[in-house]
Amino acid sequence: MKPTLEQLTAEFTALIEPAPAVPAPVAGAAFARGELVESVADPGPPSVASAKDGLASARPAPSTAAATAAGPAAAPKSPVQTWAFALKGFVFDASVASDQVVAAAGIMDRNGFALDAITGVDWIAQNEMEVVYDFFHPEENLRAVVRTRMPRATPELPTISPVFPGANWHERETHDFFGIRFLGHPNLAPFLLPEDADFHPLRKDYQP
Amino acid sequence: MNTLKERSSAGPAAALPVLSADEARLAPQETFVLNLGPQHPAAHGVLRVLMTMDGEWITRAEPVIGYIHRMHEKMGENRTWAKFLPNTSRIDYLSAMHYTHAFVGAVERAAKIEVPPRTEYIRVITSELNRIASHLVWWGALLIDLGGFTPILYAFEDREKVLDLLEGLCGARLTYCYYRFGGLCNDVDDEFLNGTRAFVNHMRPRLKMYRGLVTDNIILRKRLEGIGPISAEMCRKYGATGPIIRGAGVRYDVRRAEPYSLYPQFDFEIPTRPEGDSMARYHVRMAEIEQSLRIIEQALASLPAGPFQGKVPRVLRLPPGDYCYAVEAARGRFMVRAVSDGKDAAYRLKLRTPSFSNLSLFEEASRGMLLPDALAMMGSLDLVIPDIDR
Repeated sequence: MKPTLEQLTAEFTALIEPAPAVPAPVAGAAFARGELVESVADPGPPSVASAKDGLASARPAPSTAAATAAGPAAAPKSPVQTWAFALKGFVFDASVASDQVVAAAGIMDRNGFALDAITGVDWIAQNEMEVVYDFFHPEENLRAVVRTRMPRATPELPTISPVFPGANWHERETHDFFGIRFLGHPNLAPFLLPEDADFHPLRKDYQP
Repeated sequence: MNTLKERSSAGPAAALPVLSADEARLAPQETFVLNLGPQHPAAHGVLRVLMTMDGEWITRAEPVIGYIHRMHEKMGENRTWAKFLPNTSRIDYLSAMHYTHAFVGAVERAAKIEVPPRTEYIRVITSELNRIASHLVWWGALLIDLGGFTPILYAFEDREKVLDLLEGLCGARLTYCYYRFGGLCNDVDDEFLNGTRAFVNHMRPRLKMYRGLVTDNIILRKRLEGIGPISAEMCRKYGATGPIIRGAGVRYDVRRAEPYSLYPQFDFEIPTRPEGDSMARYHVRMAEIEQSLRIIEQALASLPAGPFQGKVPRVLRLPPGDYCYAVEAARGRFMVRAVSDGKDAAYRLKLRTPSFSNLSLFEEASRGMLLPDALAMMGSLDLVIPDIDR
């Protein structure tokens, strides 16, 4: 299956900012379970389904996602951006909430993307931890980036290794270097570091 | 053979238990753990594999890595962009040109440094020479793994010619550090150009000889054909690239998929094989040597005169943001992800290495294989351990 940039943008916009007509906290509930609602264009069914489940949104209202997902330091920008390839080395850049990464990986998987890399960035000045997922497409020149930020004190997010088994090693390495915990990961023991390592050397406050 | 094939090609869900009902009745009901490495003649470098064995059959093979971890990514953060250049030759020491290319490419992309055309031609020539040298090491090492000692002597004789050329160019035999931001450390001379022409003419008949000596050998074919099948889908899920994904029938090559340098100008093919077994990966690499010779020939014929160094600011500061640059290294896709906060060093430097992703599928791909077959498959993956551990 060959995706296009427009289609990818639409799918991620639907994931990050579901149906604007629906009150924000209710619409977010479906995504808090890590599932993707297929019919986001229709404002009716998601709100009914969410109300039945009675789940509260665990994260800020998605209608303001444009401001929150990009982090406080950056100027308000759209969570889904496209770039000229020559400028950045990738063409698609989406910022999602940390509980949406499994759904985001599902979108990439369904569109035939391959897992390139997973890594972290410690934004100590903003007191945030970022996880960056890189994807490439084996048939199209569609280098895509999915990123998410978490508070630095509680760097936890679900693993995407059930979707991309290759994520197992990348997530384990990211845990090594940054101490980011991937919930549901089969084995987060030190990987590249010595087997008794209890430090995370790529954290900006790491003292050897 | 059929049962082996069935087991190996079954999906992850069907992977355990590995024995059919009939086999389970006959097989002894116990397993043992075989510790392969970190120092073992059959393992390349300091790779350790914990293998749970049922007799000669592998039920689980878990690579244990990190024995040569040097934390290049941290070194990237605590030295300036230019001072990190020598590190790029020391990640995959057999494919150093490509790695330097990716790093200077990322910096040039971020700082919008213009690269003179002559430089790009020389980069293409040296990168392809490096690819040939790397594939020759793989070829010799694979055959040593399989018990054939003679071919590596031929391979190293030819590789020596490449190393001499590159040594004459920059003084180093492996850790070249030849590319600089916006240019090269020095221009090429006639000795290099004539030597490269002579090497291209020398290498073509040698490849024919290799085919007669090794490729058509029935013992080699029995050791590699049908062994270690890796599907295109498995490559996608694990991010395996290079000859592995091309050996699974996918025409993915960063030189074409994310065009960089002057590769769009050159006429070359991306060799693929549909089988996905170790022999397919073997054929892909042998065909790639031929294609590299084609590229070198074209680049030599059209090498323009001109400067070899572009204008670069004395103190290099990249504008804030993240910049990626991927190249097709000898083992597959190598990508630099440079995150800058506007200072003269990287805020974060991620090195996405092909061997890391290529080895990560080993646990799934080796399930149910015979131990000697798994070692043959490992040889066909062309692993470089410092590239995995960084």
